[in-house]
Amino acid sequence: MISFLTFIVIVLGLITFGRIIRIFELSAQLRGSDVNAVNASDNKTNSLLVLLLGSGFVFFVFYMTYTMKDKLLPAAASEHGLAIDTLFKFNWYILFTAFFITHVLLIIFASKYYFKKEHKPVFFAHSTKLELIWTLIPAAVLASIIVYGISKWNQIVAPVQDDVMVIELYAKQFDWTARYAGDDNQLGKASFRMVDGNNTLGIDYTDPQSGDDILVRNEFHLPVGKEVVFKFHSRDVIHSAYMPHFRAQMNCVPGMTTQFHFKPIKTTEEMRTETGNDKFDYVLLCNKICGASHFNMQMNIIVEDETSFRQWLGSKKTVAEELKAAAPAAAVEVKTDSLAAPADSANAHTVTADATKH
Amino acid sequence: MAHDTHAHHDHSHDHGHHHEETFISKYVFSQDHKMISKQFLITAIIMGCIAMFMSTFFRLQLGWPGQSFPILETFLGRWAPGGVMTPDMYLGLVTIHGTIIVFFVLTGGLSGTFSNLLIPLQIGARDMASGFLNMLSYWFFFISSFIMIASLFVTGGPASAGWTVYPPLSALPQAMPGSGLGMTLWLVSMSLFIVSALLGGLNYIVTVINLRTKGMSMTRLPLTIWAFLVTAILGVLSFPVLFAAALLLIFDRSFGTSFYLSDINIGGMALEHTGGSPILFQHLFWFLGHPEVYIILLPALGINSEIVATNSRKPIFGYKAMIGSILAIAFLSFIVWGHHMYVTGMNPFLGSVFVFTTILVAIPSAVKVFNYLATLWKGNIVYSPAMLFAIGMVSTFITGGLTGIILADAALDINLHDTYFVVAHFHIVMGASAIFGMFAGVYHWFPRMYGKMMNKNLGYAHFWLTIISMYGVFFPMHFLGLAGIPRRYYENTNFPLFDQFTDINQMISMFAILGAAAQFIFFFNFFYSIFRGTRAPQNPWGSTTLEWTAPVEHIHGNWPGKIPEVHRWPYDYNKPGKAGDFTPQTEPLAPGEEESH
Repeated sequence: MISFLTFIVIVLGLITFGRIIRIFELSAQLRGSDVNAVNASDNKTNSLLVLLLGSGFVFFVFYMTYTMKDKLLPAAASEHGLAIDTLFKFNWYILFTAFFITHVLLIIFASKYYFKKEHKPVFFAHSTKLELIWTLIPAAVLASIIVYGISKWNQIVAPVQDDVMVIELYAKQFDWTARYAGDDNQLGKASFRMVDGNNTLGIDYTDPQSGDDILVRNEFHLPVGKEVVFKFHSRDVIHSAYMPHFRAQMNCVPGMTTQFHFKPIKTTEEMRTETGNDKFDYVLLCNKICGASHFNMQMNIIVEDETSFRQWLGSKKTVAEELKAAAPAAAVEVKTDSLAAPADSANAHTVTADATKH
Repeated sequence: MAHDTHAHHDHSHDHGHHHEETFISKYVFSQDHKMISKQFLITAIIMGCIAMFMSTFFRLQLGWPGQSFPILETFLGRWAPGGVMTPDMYLGLVTIHGTIIVFFVLTGGLSGTFSNLLIPLQIGARDMASGFLNMLSYWFFFISSFIMIASLFVTGGPASAGWTVYPPLSALPQAMPGSGLGMTLWLVSMSLFIVSALLGGLNYIVTVINLRTKGMSMTRLPLTIWAFLVTAILGVLSFPVLFAAALLLIFDRSFGTSFYLSDINIGGMALEHTGGSPILFQHLFWFLGHPEVYIILLPALGINSEIVATNSRKPIFGYKAMIGSILAIAFLSFIVWGHHMYVTGMNPFLGSVFVFTTILVAIPSAVKVFNYLATLWKGNIVYSPAMLFAIGMVSTFITGGLTGIILADAALDINLHDTYFVVAHFHIVMGASAIFGMFAGVYHWFPRMYGKMMNKNLGYAHFWLTIISMYGVFFPMHFLGLAGIPRRYYENTNFPLFDQFTDINQMISMFAILGAAAQFIFFFNFFYSIFRGTRAPQNPWGSTTLEWTAPVEHIHGNWPGKIPEVHRWPYDYNKPGKAGDFTPQTEPLAPGEEESH
């Protein structure tokens, strides 16, 4: 009933509105003027509005940029991240200059040259000189943006050094697992075919390199000042490992291994002091739509000094230790036998961020 | 109304092509480009209205996560128990909102309306090259719109994998409920849509190339026609690739192939798909997807050029440079698709190539902006509602275009990819610019479409509320992105990091509601003016182009008697030595007069 009444009210409102407009139009017609022809006062009013609201907008842009600067991400916590921040600022200043110049011109021209009967606009259809100027100047500025941008990109994705710690970030709907490569710094083989309730990553237990791997959930730790190379895997749909504070992101694609590497340069403690927020934590989020709980697929990251890191990692059980603890030796024996198939991930099509094919 | 119908018949009798038309052949299965153009426009307005409602619904959730809004339960039913939408429905709304706006409003709606209306009228043709294909183009569009809307009502909900429908998420019904029947319908609808786009596009190209009136050389074409022509070429070259992508996805979904799937274990089951690559889909998708951005934008830019010149009472500055920049943008649009994929694990060398090509697009874009500014300079600006939208579009094209340079930079994209910065960027540069171009076009050519004027004061109110709310919604989103907030999140409350943005999200939602409300001024004005608008004069904006020489009341074949001949370019406004403040294209060059370019 209420919705029916609402409907009636809306319809009556529309009719009334239409009638009012009709009255305006008819009365204007009686006065002999065309109500919908643009007249002098329209031109004046709108040019004034362009001036006021246009300048208001430019002011709003600068004001908001100024007030928001403390709410954005703090300075990067990784080495390459600092380079990204500098590159960003370089671009940002250029773009703000371009925005300011073009908008000021737009607002001035649009508000100043509104229609006046006595004014005769200039017939100005073409000027090779001007056109060259505004092709070449943007081209030169953009060239600097391109060169600077590509050189940074190449540095960021350059192949990693040998002395790096390998960590796998394994994604599935809707959580993350981090797998440390352990003492041998080699990840054991894994296959989507071996996944079951206990072995969520499908690790091939027969691979000698898998025994010392360490799996952690909810939170993973990184040593400060040490280059880490992340290998990304997904077992169902595409996810994206996004670590905004480190300016790091890479998609996790089923059937592929992707990778990204960076060096954390600030511990969580340092960051807490810097931001004045004693609850601050680095975070890993999923940044590729992956299903209903996409918005809550996260993991905390703790960056700490090497000693604390070793201590923390030492307190975690390796894959071999967990296997031993979880099941009687005999059962494990049977299981590994039946799964002694070739590991698929080794054959999988592999593209990595440093362009080295595995 | 009775009077109008009468007048229509009088004119029709003058015209040789006249034959008795039934209601069905005139209003439903019409082969007349003017009627088809109106059909496209009204379908697009309805679709746009639906997509707009969707966006206000999910803005309610984003502004006030978890709060109950009875209106959501009214519209979404079991998808919003207790007035709080489910995460699945949230993703569904985001997906269908994007699909409808990108394809149905800004591709089908924009090109369908204005290419259809203006190509024959501005080049001096009786109709499209093939009226029948043109009719098919609309009806495929209609059916695909219908199926897209119908997909909202299936049990599992509509497609929910984002408008880019990346597999495996979109390929596996186990991955999300929306990847069931809803996704199948999405693919069917899009396939039919592509058929419509191709039929339309081929027709536009053939018509522009073959049916220009005497004297209408390529360098005398209005910039609208150049834009529509190049848009149609882009569509014809790139839509088939999306069709291929969709077809392969259908195969993967329904027939067990593995084009996009490999090494998947989902719901406790290892799938038998091996050897495919989800990244292949992204390459195919964005090979259309990026030209698609310009399929949306170029017609709006063409419309803008026309409106800015007419209402500045000045020739468009740098006519040939404008054509050149359209061609340059179109060419570049085919070699930049990889900038959507910097963080997919694509070879980094490819990344640097795409950085280079992508940033090059900024050069022709800058030329366009400066040419608009030079056109406004020392003009005599008539502030029709269309002109306001055109000026607004120059602003959004600048604001949104500039942030594109940041996203084009692969090193910066690492951290901004898929955040709200991207949402802000493309909504301003593509969404708002194209919508503004479309509104400008509707206000400008409404008299040509319906023989009536739209109410100008409602137009002014519509413009100012729209641009204020548009920037109010999308400008702050840049900062959400810079703070690391990912897009397509149902709520941000799970991250203490994002708590400080609660108020900004609420502000954005309020602007979104204001913006949506403002559109009702337009809807009202549009439909009211069709029936009750004041009668349009022959040439309400003092324009030089051919469409304003055709009779106000539509007749089949556009002009009674001979088609007018063209003697000059379309931008002779206030040419020195000429009487009046514009010289129509039909006026022969005076002895000794030089044609200006």
